Amino acid sequence: MPIQVIIEKCTGCTLCVKVCPFDAIRIMDKKAVIDLNKCNLCGACVDACKFKAIRLEKPQGPKEKKDLSRYKGVWVFAEQKKGKVQSVVYELLGKARELAAVLATDVSAILIGDRLEEEIQELIWRGADKVYVVEKRELANYLDEPYTNIIVELIKKHKPEIVLCGATSIGRSLISRVAIKIYCGLTADCTGLAIDPEKKLLLQTRPAFGGNIMATIISPNYRPQMATVRHKVFAESQSDMKRKGKVIRESFDGRLLESRTALLDIIEEVESTVNLAEADIIVSGGRGMAAPENFKLLEELAKVLGGAVGSSRAAVDAGWMPYSHQVGQTGRTVSPKIYIACGISGQIQHLVGMQSSKIIIAINKDPDAPIFKVATYGIVGDVFQILPLLTKKFKEVLKK
Amino acid sequence: MDIVVCIKQVPETTEVRINPETNTLIREGVKSIINPFDMYAIEEAVRLKEKYGGKTTVITMGPPQADAALREAVSLGIDEAVLVSDRAFAGSDTWATSYTLSCAIKKIGSYDLIICGKQASDGDTAQVGPGISTHLDIPQVTYVKKIEEIKDSTARVERMTEEGFEIIKTPLPALLTVVKEINTPRMPSLKAMMRAKQIKISHWTASDIEASPENIGLTGSPTQVVKIFTPAPREGGQMLQGEPQEIAQKLTELLKGELG
Repeated sequence: MPIQVIIEKCTGCTLCVKVCPFDAIRIMDKKAVIDLNKCNLCGACVDACKFKAIRLEKPQGPKEKKDLSRYKGVWVFAEQKKGKVQSVVYELLGKARELAAVLATDVSAILIGDRLEEEIQELIWRGADKVYVVEKRELANYLDEPYTNIIVELIKKHKPEIVLCGATSIGRSLISRVAIKIYCGLTADCTGLAIDPEKKLLLQTRPAFGGNIMATIISPNYRPQMATVRHKVFAESQSDMKRKGKVIRESFDGRLLESRTALLDIIEEVESTVNLAEADIIVSGGRGMAAPENFKLLEELAKVLGGAVGSSRAAVDAGWMPYSHQVGQTGRTVSPKIYIACGISGQIQHLVGMQSSKIIIAINKDPDAPIFKVATYGIVGDVFQILPLLTKKFKEVLKK
Repeated sequence: MDIVVCIKQVPETTEVRINPETNTLIREGVKSIINPFDMYAIEEAVRLKEKYGGKTTVITMGPPQADAALREAVSLGIDEAVLVSDRAFAGSDTWATSYTLSCAIKKIGSYDLIICGKQASDGDTAQVGPGISTHLDIPQVTYVKKIEEIKDSTARVERMTEEGFEIIKTPLPALLTVVKEINTPRMPSLKAMMRAKQIKISHWTASDIEASPENIGLTGSPTQVVKIFTPAPREGGQMLQGEPQEIAQKLTELLKGELG
């Protein structure tokens, strides 16, 4: 058995029962009993036990030991669309510089596409010491297979220690394939990345089980250590035009560039120009808005503030707002300067998508609504009364 | 048109409650459901079968109690169900999970499409779908919001992106992960519910699917959880009191400095 309760040491204190995220431990006859059908071997109980009464055998690692010390450098996949590097890349470059400083190594950006000259320079200004560039007409737009093949080849050749990638629709599809092919660990949607000071491992922290519990994940026996990060989780690095960097051009041909899927067309929808993720101010509504027409009140306030309108899942499920406005675990993660939550109770799933906002304002009828726990300023009251007043006041203030 | 649907049993997170003393999840009494995104995968498979004929098979890797999720899938119109279950799978990360499922799909044998939900609501990684297609070396299209047409062993689909969507053509067999825009799942029919009760579900172990022991469970998983902790709750702030007029005035003053 990989996990075991050492009966002689167990006192039946129930500490392990309380921390188990899987409800897999019961006390029977004053001893802890682990239900192996529920246990996920996460080790939370091992850490919690004060009596060292639970033993977990960690895996031995891959059979053929790679020489891990040969893997050096922090890489960032420089996702581009229509030739423009996406802002999540600059957020990752900022974090990559921090990690590289601790490891005393350098930062590289991997840029794949066509005609990217200006973007190469910007990547250097934003923190890349090296930019690996693969340019070819057929690589202008993202395709799963050739992009995967190129990154796999580059990793095999240059052996980075860490690879970071945006948790976007492209990044998630791409890097999952790369991780399988290379056989290395990949942690999705990290909210914290740091280097363990002793072992120099990448500590990848992410919300688990809906965000109430955080898990720190490592990949000690495999390289590179790979992680994805959602947009707006880290701050963008600033452009420093004095920075110098090296451009390394790599070219690939033949089978590596073949794609079984074909991209026939790209359609941009006007509706998604709300671009919630980029907005500095978001006025968001939930079930408490009571009816779709009441979202006008939010739109008016958002317009005055120069912000965007967001929505809770409840309002999207009710058909009051399109999905592109949804904030939360199954919608967008946002991190604006100001987030105004109107008639949103604050389910965990919503909170994980917006709790890193700088200032949170909550307006709700129910004084016990969980949203008030995260609010910088809370208002218990009627949104229909308060919203028009706010719109009016801000109009006055901003005119001056 | 033979279709395999991969599903996961997850806790119903909208009902998650927090123990205020320990600040941890209360799992007791939380219902297990089919991952909400997988419901769209099931529905799409059933619709394709109704249109093109063939067979649908649902598959899950999980503990014995995941049997209930498979029966629910059958009650929604799926033909056959496979439970891939073995204690040796415990502690699998996305690498080992996608490897295990790909071994099971190889045992199923012939298929034209594999459909998965875009991600699971408990882990949210969106890694297992692409992982399976990579292990099987078949093309994938993620975030599919519409299957426009299937003809001559080729599918034309719409893939959702941050800005809109793409139209992608893929040869079959292929793996698709689907988003909730793709359909509206049906309610179970009485006849299918009866079938779901009686159906014999195949149980496959690690050796049944010929999975290599060093690639499954904790041993096969490159990632390890080293620490689980409860985040410090964000400090609650200040409650603004008074008449709506006064509150609006106060708030405007407080925010003035933040507005450019």
